[in-house]
Amino acid sequence: MIDVAIVDTGGANIASVRYALARLGRSGTLVSNPEDLAGASHIILPGVGAAGEAMKRLHASGMADALRNCGQPVLGICLGLQLLCARSEEDGLDCLGVVPGSAQKLQATARRPVPHMGWNTVDFSQKSRLLKGVPTAARFYFVHSYAVPLMDCTTGSTDYGETFSSVIEHRNFFGTQFHPERSSTQGATVLANFMELS
Amino acid sequence: MVARRIIPCLDVRGGRVVKGVQFRGHRDVGGIVELAQRYRDAGADELVFYDIAASPEGRTVDASWVGSVAACLDIPFCVAGGIRSVADAERTLSAGADKISVNSPALEDPTLIDALAKRFGTQCVVTGIDSRRVDGDWIVYQYTGSEKSTRPARRRTLDWVREVQDRGAGEIVLNCMSHDGTRNGYDHEQLNAVREVCTVPLVASGGAGEAEHVRDVFAGTGVDAALAASIFHDNVVQIPALKTLLNRSGIEVRL
Repeated sequence: MIDVAIVDTGGANIASVRYALARLGRSGTLVSNPEDLAGASHIILPGVGAAGEAMKRLHASGMADALRNCGQPVLGICLGLQLLCARSEEDGLDCLGVVPGSAQKLQATARRPVPHMGWNTVDFSQKSRLLKGVPTAARFYFVHSYAVPLMDCTTGSTDYGETFSSVIEHRNFFGTQFHPERSSTQGATVLANFMELS
Repeated sequence: MVARRIIPCLDVRGGRVVKGVQFRGHRDVGGIVELAQRYRDAGADELVFYDIAASPEGRTVDASWVGSVAACLDIPFCVAGGIRSVADAERTLSAGADKISVNSPALEDPTLIDALAKRFGTQCVVTGIDSRRVDGDWIVYQYTGSEKSTRPARRRTLDWVREVQDRGAGEIVLNCMSHDGTRNGYDHEQLNAVREVCTVPLVASGGAGEAEHVRDVFAGTGVDAALAASIFHDNVVQIPALKTLLNRSGIEVRL
């Protein structure tokens, strides 16, 4: 019986998400078969690596359609957030499109190296369900080279020269550009908030 | 904006954290998981585990402890030492490490960086560079695990920095050898020169002897993070006090 389904997007580092769930007393299972989503209470779409490779995998397994039509809470992490959007400039391709928006490359400057790597703050709306109970000054761990501009469904934004969507919430679809599984106590709060959604 | 990071580096051998004692080998300073947890609780932003025996003994990193660290740690960590192939990296990342760092093997075969970046994404691929000034230029060294094996890699540091980031390194740790172990402060001149050509995050390493050195390297150079070992292991600097100092000096940190 699957508790939390972690969708296989081809990345090597799924372990940190599984361990973070275990610390909350939940059990994550890596799934690549759409049928395996049925019994899961929650779905996590992790993502490390390239959008093109991940979408290819999601289409090949039939997971792309299954995710678009699923009813459980879905959390996209990092690249996973970008995959929930309409498009990605990385590899120039269509993503799942459950929310609008398009991931764009962050521009490196002398003062702002890319990837954006490290602990940054999130300016968030009080209506955010993922960030409930998180202090305003909290920092989360980011590591990414692409980001999604602000949208109607943006509930948290982060500044790195430009302001981008760091948290999105739309129907049963949620996303964090940061890694809650690597964001210490505050990250655990975000994951716990997600696990309380139904 | 993003906070500057404090990164303690732990030397690992045989599943334990060890400390080099000059001319007398290494002394055991504790269990890996226990020390990792302690630094996490103190407010470290990230940890680097350096398997000091892997490279000299010609073997790959022993990944058995990586899983134990990943299970308990909720901050990012990087594993360095003994990663020579995509398969080595895969094993380490699958066990739960967030990043892997390559140094001498990348100098032997620079295409290793391309292969790692293509397979895992640039954000996982750190390149360590050991460098020192020779005749008015900065030169890369390799096999720096022991004094006997250390030798110049016949590359200019600034060229190598440009090359590794073109090949897909997502972060560079610059170990300034002439400052390493001196406890006299970081090598600002070299770090500034590298910063000029480095478009990925840059981590300063080598020379920290007191909290003020960390403050000075952030105030005086554009580095994103400061790595240090002995000041933390010897309790010369406590991370909470260091972060308070940095914050009071107007340097953005995670408190």
